[in-house]
Amino acid sequence: MISIHDLSFQYSAGNSIRFPDFTVTKGEHCLLLGESGSGKTTLLHLLGGLLRNYAGSVKVDNTELAQLSETSLDRFRGQHIGFVFQRNHLVSALSVEKNLMLAPYLAGLKINTERITEVLSGLGLAEKRKSSVTQLSHGQAQRVAIARAVLNKPSIIFADEPTSALDDKNCDRVIHMLMDVAAQNQSTLLVATHDQRLKDKISKQVKLSSS
Amino acid sequence: MSIFTLVWNYLKARPLNTAINILLLSLGIAVITILLLFNKQLEQKITENARGIDLVVGAKGSPLQLILCNIFHVDFPTGNIKLNEAERFAKHRLVKRAIPLALGDSYQSYRIVGTSQQYAELYKAELQEGNWWKNTLDVTIGANVATIAQLKIGDKFASAHGLAEGGHTHNEHQYHVVGVMKRTNTVLDNLILTNVESVWEMHEEHDSEEAHEDHAELRDSSFIPSPLVPSIAKGDSVKEITSMLIQYRSPMGAIQLPRLVNSQSSLQAASPAFETARLFSIMGVGVDILMAFAYVLIFISGLSIFIALYNSLKERRYDLAIMRSMGASRTKLFVSILLEGGILTLLGSVIGLLMGHGVLVLLSALVEETQKAGIDGFVFYPEEWIILVGSLLLGLLCAVIPAIQAYRTDISKVLAGN
Repeated sequence: MISIHDLSFQYSAGNSIRFPDFTVTKGEHCLLLGESGSGKTTLLHLLGGLLRNYAGSVKVDNTELAQLSETSLDRFRGQHIGFVFQRNHLVSALSVEKNLMLAPYLAGLKINTERITEVLSGLGLAEKRKSSVTQLSHGQAQRVAIARAVLNKPSIIFADEPTSALDDKNCDRVIHMLMDVAAQNQSTLLVATHDQRLKDKISKQVKLSSS
Repeated sequence: MSIFTLVWNYLKARPLNTAINILLLSLGIAVITILLLFNKQLEQKITENARGIDLVVGAKGSPLQLILCNIFHVDFPTGNIKLNEAERFAKHRLVKRAIPLALGDSYQSYRIVGTSQQYAELYKAELQEGNWWKNTLDVTIGANVATIAQLKIGDKFASAHGLAEGGHTHNEHQYHVVGVMKRTNTVLDNLILTNVESVWEMHEEHDSEEAHEDHAELRDSSFIPSPLVPSIAKGDSVKEITSMLIQYRSPMGAIQLPRLVNSQSSLQAASPAFETARLFSIMGVGVDILMAFAYVLIFISGLSIFIALYNSLKERRYDLAIMRSMGASRTKLFVSILLEGGILTLLGSVIGLLMGHGVLVLLSALVEETQKAGIDGFVFYPEEWIILVGSLLLGLLCAVIPAIQAYRTDISKVLAGN
């Protein structure tokens, strides 16, 4: 599902970063551990095709990302990958429902309202469907962000520091929620974090050493 | 969900900003629309009213006044001319048609024109009901006179001296309405037509009594009718008319006649084409200033749209990055920003065009003068497409720099939080 080999990335500043080789199989959950500045976000962006021009090999869903043109990479990302970021950024001009509709629309897929209903009620957000996202609490916003990430049934979900700003109780809730929705959609889950509380939640772990 | 919904929601999320941008642009467009409609229709009216009239011969004075008075009926006469002097030119070989006009009185500010049947023919007037004037003091009225002054066949009215309402009233004689003309959309709609003799009779009280006697004496066997007013003998030295409208027989007339009239007599000749061109160049200054004002408004609105998009893009950088992470291509984001500018200006110009037409519709409904001038708000010109397309281009132009920025957004950097 995900395999990286001999991967390195050159920052514009001139310093480059090397990543250890690893493979994640389909449906597997994996933790990407490392201190701040160890390149977790960079690796996640490389895997998600948000960053290009790497050296070595990054294969996602058996596709070498470097071989895709920028537009096909955009499409590939939209259809195969769901992102959950630390800042649960939702488009504030749109309602909850429209934020979710954005995912299939931008990925070039058909909008399926039943799927939206299913995901929303699965995350306990059914009654928030028509709400403005500015009226949501932090927890609700995070759930909408997760809903958005899984809506297209992506084969992979990338989560970048999803829990680092949360207290223990919410941290627990969010990681379980992520694992649950990933399992429901048979998605591979890759969580990049420095949050030590997650260590005993997901057994497969890749450690990045700060250089 | 479509790109349109997305853009529309962004515009709706900042209602004040969107409203002010649309308002600014629509005001500019409205001013341009009003000027366009007004100018075009006025020009059209003027050409229609002056059609078929190559030269106006009247008393010496301002040539522009002569034209305004005798063709458009908005100014006072320059004075009277002797009928026998006018006849000399009426018979000239280069003149195809000469129509006498005798002005002086009005009814409720609608001018009473003593003339010949040819005057109505000049504007291809037809009767709505009743008959053409035949006897002295019979009148046939224009469409606006019938509707606004509410005169109908069989009505009798006394005329007032001059053009203004409430002048000296000639109560001694009363005009009698015998016909109503169909609408011609020319100055004829605002006129009350009668024969020249009626106007004379109206004023005979002021004239000397001898003139009255002359009138009867001259009807003998050697009576040769005047080419202008057939009931009067040719060469009558007493009778006067206000002016004479002339149509040339050949283009040579344009070269010879005006010089002939101006040099050889106490008369003056004015060319409607030349004088209206002069009038337009005088009016043009005011129109130009208003036009410039409208362009300034449009420029400011363009700037305001640019600033609004540019600023909103700063707030929206994260939105754009998230959308890219969800599969949106650079081009899609580029197009969405262009569309935002385009929708803003398109809305602004459509509202502006409607406002422009609306103002004229209101004006023609509420102000009698506009109605009389025949200015209509429901007329559309092809130039309005140019306004529409032009403002759309303006919107795209204002949006192009923000759109390029959106295109260039470095998603990884924005998402990583630097």
